Amino acid sequence: MTLTLVGLSHQGTPVAVRERAFVPLPQAAEVAAGLAEAGEAVCLSTCNRTELYLVGPDAEVRALDALVTVSGLPPDELRPVVYRLTDEAAALHLFRVAAGLDSLVPGEGEVLGQVRSAFEAGATGPVLDRLFRQALHAGKKVRAETAIAESPASVSAAAAALVQQVFGQLDGCRVLLVGAGHVAELAARSLVARGARIAYVANRSPHRAVELAGRFRSQGIAIDGVAGVLGEVDVVVSSTGSPGRVLERTDIDAALGSRKGRPLFLIDLAVPRDLDPAIHELDDCYLYDIDDLESVVASSLAGRRREAARAEAIVAEEAEGFREWQASREVVPAIASLRAHAEEIRAAELERVRGRLSTSDQEVVESITTRIVEKLLHLPTVRLKEAAAGADGGSYAQAVRHLFGLGDERE
Amino acid sequence: MAEYLFGFAFLAYAGAAVAYAADVRRSGPAGRIATWGVRLGWLFQTALLVDQAARADGFPWTTWAGSLNLFVWLVVSVYLVWGCRTRYRLLGLAVVPLAAALLVIARLGGGTGVETSSDYSTAFLIVHVGLLTFAFAAFTLAAALSALYLWQEQRLKSHRPAALLGRAPSLLTLETLAGRTIAVALPALTAGIVVGLVRLRSDKAPVDALMAVTLGTWAVYGSYLVLRYEAGWHGRRAAYLALAGFALVAVARLGLQVSHFS
Repeated sequence: MTLTLVGLSHQGTPVAVRERAFVPLPQAAEVAAGLAEAGEAVCLSTCNRTELYLVGPDAEVRALDALVTVSGLPPDELRPVVYRLTDEAAALHLFRVAAGLDSLVPGEGEVLGQVRSAFEAGATGPVLDRLFRQALHAGKKVRAETAIAESPASVSAAAAALVQQVFGQLDGCRVLLVGAGHVAELAARSLVARGARIAYVANRSPHRAVELAGRFRSQGIAIDGVAGVLGEVDVVVSSTGSPGRVLERTDIDAALGSRKGRPLFLIDLAVPRDLDPAIHELDDCYLYDIDDLESVVASSLAGRRREAARAEAIVAEEAEGFREWQASREVVPAIASLRAHAEEIRAAELERVRGRLSTSDQEVVESITTRIVEKLLHLPTVRLKEAAAGADGGSYAQAVRHLFGLGDERE
Repeated sequence: MAEYLFGFAFLAYAGAAVAYAADVRRSGPAGRIATWGVRLGWLFQTALLVDQAARADGFPWTTWAGSLNLFVWLVVSVYLVWGCRTRYRLLGLAVVPLAAALLVIARLGGGTGVETSSDYSTAFLIVHVGLLTFAFAAFTLAAALSALYLWQEQRLKSHRPAALLGRAPSLLTLETLAGRTIAVALPALTAGIVVGLVRLRSDKAPVDALMAVTLGTWAVYGSYLVLRYEAGWHGRRAAYLALAGFALVAVARLGLQVSHFS
């Protein structure tokens, strides 16, 4: 049975079409269930792609119809952007998706969870079950055996990773947010997600500071009170619209005495910069501005792209494994039929002479004929399985059926 | 037998060192190979020490080369306690090549064979040599942690941290571990010195260069702990002081090929 993939993604499909074709998870389960009436189906939909994996008759037509239905777009508008892949190519594509190789940021981790959710919501049978399990395995293997997902891929993730490089576990790490804008909030959320606690939020507009502080269960303070709390925090994230400096080197120098050698990490996301660059020269102080963070991200992305070549090799190996499994499915029914046919002949011939044999003779003949059949069929079975791993497994299966008159039904 | 065990231990450590270097260039299976190399090397070296102990008459590691062999084993043992974690593989690059090199030096000095028996009692040698060697091994590891700290700190200061992220322990972890290792090792060194001085007094023997360097080492690491816990010395200053102490350990271990007990 052919595996078919019909889908569209960020590679070649504008966001205006992608957002129309996006299918939320509960609806993806319904779409899969509807398509699986004639076989198996999984609907994988993320912000970057909507893909339908099908096994069954007329898969391509049914998948395209489903995409037309969910997007509400006319077929003529969808056809040019939709890709269609089958069997090995479809499997390789899914494995690349699960490994993050088809993502905007190579190796991004979220897609693996999305593949898992789609699989769990799907209506799978033997083929798609095997395909998605192997895709999840390939995704994990790529992340375990390469460094593709090790480095940060965004400014806020880079800032959080740098803070972790200084402090390790961020549980109990106290953060001071200077500026209550969206950028500061994003960086703060990235730190909070790793266990840090926002201790203070300072802003020129006190009510905005209090509002954001409330969201993080922290304390809002006036911006001129920032220097006073430097002894109590481990990380300062600054992102104000102030034209001048918010903290000078002397402010930090004065606070260092009370820190007893504990490092202070400062992240300056503002342009123009809020923090005096000379702060970085102080012992136990690390100051990263937006350019520094962007260069960390750039170098990290370059590293991810280098690792992608190794990841591609792993994914190709997994896809080959799936192809072999799929090919072996072609010969398994033929092997089963051949063995059943041989057993039928053996049992029939034994039955014909059973009346002329004593009980002990019957046991001997039973044992001998069973062994003869086993030995005769052993090599053809092995050869058929070997052929299945190659490209001509189907031809061998057909030949066996033809030679032994086994019929064409497949299980 | 001892020759084979030494050979296998050395090959495993050397292989692990190469694998650590490969892992630093590109993380992946090389890191796991390195970890297993260290474990395997440690097992072979343990077997070598057991073989030496079984064949010797009394405490078998009394010469400088013999105690160097024991020292390498202790360094690797302490490293294995936490060094096999992925984030400590960079530390392996500092420790394992050193272990391989020192094992060869110990071998060249005859420290992997069977030594002549000492006039000193086995119990005294186990306590004195054992404690001092353990302390020196721990100081070596603390120095490796401090060196890694300084390298990492320098990368962060020069805004080139990408190679570190997710692949090395944090600065705070390295510093804390170095401090704790020294805090555990110093009492062992103190006890070893006290045992030695008591014996020295009863024998009315003079203080030699090795003893003087060992006392100097004690003073440096003692100062380290006082400055760290009382005066708040952390970060770079503490790391440099740990390395200064290690310089004395290196002199005691390699610079002065003195044996008190043979």
